[in-house]
Amino acid sequence: MQYAAPETTKAAVSLLAKAKGSAYVLAGGSDLLVRMKGGFIEPDLVVDIKRIKAMREVKKTASGFTIGAAVPCAELGENKALLKAWPGVVEAANLIGSKQVQGRCTMSGNLCNASPAADSVPALVAAGAKAVIQGPKGKRAVPVEQVPIGPGKTSLKKGELVESLVLPARKPRSGDAYLRFIPRSEMDIAVVSAAVNLSLDAKGVITDARVSLGAVAPTVLLVAAAARAIIGTKLDAAALDKLGAAASAACRPIDDKRGTIEFRTKVAAVLAQRAAKIAYQRAGGK
Amino acid sequence: MPLDASYHAKSFKSVGTRPLRPDGIDKVTGRAKYGADHNMPGHLVGLILRSPHAHAKIKRIDISKAEKLAGVKAVLTAADLPDLTNGDQGMFDILDNCMARTKVFYDGHAVAAVAAVDMATAKQALKLIKVDYQVLPHVTDVDEAVKPKAPLLHEKCFTEGGESKPKNPSNVAKITEFGHGDVEKGFAEADIVIERNFKTEQTHQGYIEPHACVASVSPDGTGELWVCTQGHFVYRNHCAMLLGMDVSKLRVTSSEIGGGFGGKTHVWMEPVALALSRKANRPVKIVMTREEVFRASGPTSATSIDVKIGIRKDGTITAGKAELRYASGPYLSMWGELGAMTSFACYDLKNVKTRGYEVLVNRPKSAAYRAPSAPMAAFAVESVIDELAKRIGKDPLEVRIQNAAKQGTRSSYGPVYGPIGIGPTLEAARKHPHMKAPLGKNQGRGYACGFWFNFGGQTCTDVNVGPDGTVTLTVGTVDVGGSRASLALCVAEELGIPYDQVKCTVADTGALGHNDMTDGSRGTFSSSMAGIFAARNTIEVLKERAAKMWEIPVSDVAWENGHAKAVGSKYGNLAPLSLKEIAAAAGNTGGPVAGHAEIVADGAGVSFATHICDVEVDPETGRSRVVRYTVIQDAGKAVHPTYVEGQYQGGAAQGIGWALNEEYIYGKDGRLQNPGFLDYRIPVCSDLPMIDTQILEIPNPNHPYGVRGVGETSIVPPIAAIANAVSNAFGVRMTHVPMSPPRVLKALEAAKKTKKA
Amino acid sequence: MAVLVSTTVNGDHAEFACEPNETLLDVLRNRLALTGVKEGCGTGDCGSCSVILDGRLVCSCLVLGIEAEGRKVETVEGMAHGAELHPLQTKFIEHAALQCGVCTPGFLMAAKALLEKNPDPSEEEIRFGLAGNLCRCTGYDKIVRAVQDAAKVMRGA
Repeated sequence: MQYAAPETTKAAVSLLAKAKGSAYVLAGGSDLLVRMKGGFIEPDLVVDIKRIKAMREVKKTASGFTIGAAVPCAELGENKALLKAWPGVVEAANLIGSKQVQGRCTMSGNLCNASPAADSVPALVAAGAKAVIQGPKGKRAVPVEQVPIGPGKTSLKKGELVESLVLPARKPRSGDAYLRFIPRSEMDIAVVSAAVNLSLDAKGVITDARVSLGAVAPTVLLVAAAARAIIGTKLDAAALDKLGAAASAACRPIDDKRGTIEFRTKVAAVLAQRAAKIAYQRAGGK
Repeated sequence: MPLDASYHAKSFKSVGTRPLRPDGIDKVTGRAKYGADHNMPGHLVGLILRSPHAHAKIKRIDISKAEKLAGVKAVLTAADLPDLTNGDQGMFDILDNCMARTKVFYDGHAVAAVAAVDMATAKQALKLIKVDYQVLPHVTDVDEAVKPKAPLLHEKCFTEGGESKPKNPSNVAKITEFGHGDVEKGFAEADIVIERNFKTEQTHQGYIEPHACVASVSPDGTGELWVCTQGHFVYRNHCAMLLGMDVSKLRVTSSEIGGGFGGKTHVWMEPVALALSRKANRPVKIVMTREEVFRASGPTSATSIDVKIGIRKDGTITAGKAELRYASGPYLSMWGELGAMTSFACYDLKNVKTRGYEVLVNRPKSAAYRAPSAPMAAFAVESVIDELAKRIGKDPLEVRIQNAAKQGTRSSYGPVYGPIGIGPTLEAARKHPHMKAPLGKNQGRGYACGFWFNFGGQTCTDVNVGPDGTVTLTVGTVDVGGSRASLALCVAEELGIPYDQVKCTVADTGALGHNDMTDGSRGTFSSSMAGIFAARNTIEVLKERAAKMWEIPVSDVAWENGHAKAVGSKYGNLAPLSLKEIAAAAGNTGGPVAGHAEIVADGAGVSFATHICDVEVDPETGRSRVVRYTVIQDAGKAVHPTYVEGQYQGGAAQGIGWALNEEYIYGKDGRLQNPGFLDYRIPVCSDLPMIDTQILEIPNPNHPYGVRGVGETSIVPPIAAIANAVSNAFGVRMTHVPMSPPRVLKALEAAKKTKKA
Repeated sequence: MAVLVSTTVNGDHAEFACEPNETLLDVLRNRLALTGVKEGCGTGDCGSCSVILDGRLVCSCLVLGIEAEGRKVETVEGMAHGAELHPLQTKFIEHAALQCGVCTPGFLMAAKALLEKNPDPSEEEIRFGLAGNLCRCTGYDKIVRAVQDAAKVMRGA
């Protein structure tokens, strides 16, 4: 195996584009090294992006936040402005693995690992985040939900890598929340998860919303019907019922060692409802 | 002098105090050496090739390519471990489990091994070994395995111990029965009889340190083995037999052990490491990965238990019956038997009958796990007792008190009890503030009792007095959780010197006679007994030396508070001689001062506990959380109370994990799906509350200080206590463990539907 | 092919050669003889191999050795100052927060990182702060108490 730690994005792209054999991007490594240890992959080249300065930064801009692909999740929790604007995204990032893992793992890595159970991805999808992708043919930005296309598979082409994630600027009276279900209190992979991002008008009526579910389909789902169920409401009991029903209806889960179809379908509704309540409260709704 | 093990009440100076442990600093600074921390000069890396199939015939193994790879020094198959067990079926099973011979019996079963100069080469070599398997139908579920048409693991397995010799082979290797009275008569006398089936899934001890060893065998037939084990003498004996070595020529050193809980009482890859070393003529180090630990060490049994209990309205239990099927992996064991013995041990029953079944399945060979077999049986029995109490409108705790075994009770497994702690732990629970604490929303409280035999066994211990009067205590029982401190306390107590003057060391097999494992909660019980005897023998020597120094008859010398005293008015002017003074003069009075003891520590006092727990269940997700937990257990005498508390807490935590989330999950292909700590979910710090403990001390009459084993009983009640708490919160009876969220949610939904209907 | 890495371990300069795919855990244990760093799983699920890398708590099994180039690594071996133990080390012994002790180095590292960020954590904060470290012996009770007590000492309370 060859290891390279380029200092620019351009150099990283070039290394990946020219690589013969299997090449992998190393951000936090909390998935990559586990797969190497298990013998599931034997990389010919690993490109460590942590020495690329631009990728180590969280920038607040007029149009929102840009989060470098190599920023460990633990740093996100320490960024007060980000935490205030996107508490749901930050709490999702800070649920990945343990404190130890959070000291290394990145949201971009979580996205590119393309697990349907990735914690930060539903929150990013609900937030309407975009992934900025650099490649041999230049730069492009795509909605994050377009990056994973199946378990372990992404839409990235050879030589491409995610350079940063962009979270949009916040409207007033907005809030987001992420909840996952795990059997323990920590250190688990989501059995099912839900993220809700919404904005209110001055009267507390939901004007727009995005609802996303994890671990209930081959990729993280953006459930438009669930959002429609609460838009135009003050999140009353009837709206919550509809939200739950829409969430459950969207689920296409499997039975596996972590949960059953029945359980995931039921609990998706519960989590969507609970996350909506938290997001609503964070947006200032009563 | 005959050794008197009987208990005599006394006031203690050292025993019962809480000094710092002697290995503490090494363990907080990283200096302590565990299994994988040892290296030998030029050692090779050993790796084991494991079966991906649950059940298959091994048609052919081609190692030729692996042997030719540069850097490979030995490749090994069962052919390198010929059968030297001479008809000893138990040892043959161990051999077959270490390296499959004709068939593989489970996903993870060893089929070949390599030793190479480094890890990368060893890994590459494993890939070059070609095994032709003929895959056979498999069975992993205990209830499926007993069905007449189940795939057979062993064609020649005819059930032992049943009413009649069976005509056909089956996966039931053995049936064992216990009990007395007439259960059918008892059920006829009952006002209410409840019969239920309970299932528990397979769990693993989950010690944090994977198995590791370094082996070195020389051409002259001598060998050394450094290994993390609960019993290096037993490992020595087993390895020597399997390899055809002289026992005395194999020296085994136990490293610090990073947890065992029964899982390190059995050799897994150690004979393989020795055989590889013998073949390569180099030391070989093998460290299991976590995945190997789960797939190929010895988890506990999955079970299916039918329990039937009858009760009269006045609260008297009239009869108890249990049929207990314990999966033992591919080989005969005694786990069903232990389940049958322990199931009703807490109660004084006129009519009781239990039958334990040893069921063979395509899973790893089951090993001991803390009070092996008792937690599952207690889950079944304690659940039904709770339910019966409710049906007759009585407090389940009062029903237990009413039926508790006591001194003189004939136990369900045979012996008549001496002084025991079941009644006192229940009475203590009744008075405990936990019982009156208010419960929150969605919370329920449950309690349950537990029993464990405790073992004694062969023990050999030395006390050596140094020239400066400090004392070395040399024991052969591995220290799994602070026993060096406890044993030093006992010897200091007996000699009448301060704790810090006694240094306890676990010796290698070259330094002492055979010692049984640290299992069965015997470490402190048996080694303290042997240590006390060795100290008494040392005192005899010290008295002789003092007599010599004073030139008086030894019969006039007494030992008090660490000093020899001349007894009688004629010696009025003789100042007592301290141990230090006698030790300093030893060179002139007969040489080094020492005392030895070699015993079979009989009379391990049985142990009982009662646990109280509060559980909160999220009714929308089925997730359960233990919010308060109390352990009340009889220790006989708590030698070092802090470590006794630690045993109570640790066992409770393991039981909580077992109850809520831990389980082996097999796919339809018979492969283990969760061989890692991510999906085999042992409790993390944020899952648990503080665990309160109350130590009761009902002296064991068969130990000089009244000590009973304390290590295991604490894992017995939690499963039942939690199930009873969930039942009390929501009125649903959980009969399948773990009570994972999908199972609990399903039960809650079903209960809702029944209510509506 | 092995590469040469230059780094700082427990305040001292250290150099080692390692394969690019070798983990920092393997390097610390096998090449620098720092066997206080334990391997419990090798997949980041048990915390036994916790070290502090440039001020951040990480599992050394999830870091490549080569990534340590130019960085600062702290392990349990560097916690005490000469004969003077770190308060966490002292309190772990006093409270019997270890039984077998194999998880202890990882817990000490995690607790140190926790208390550096939060000198006065609640019981819940301690429990969640240490949730990445598995202990199978103690049931965590005495570990939490030891950390609480050490925090008190470190605050000078």
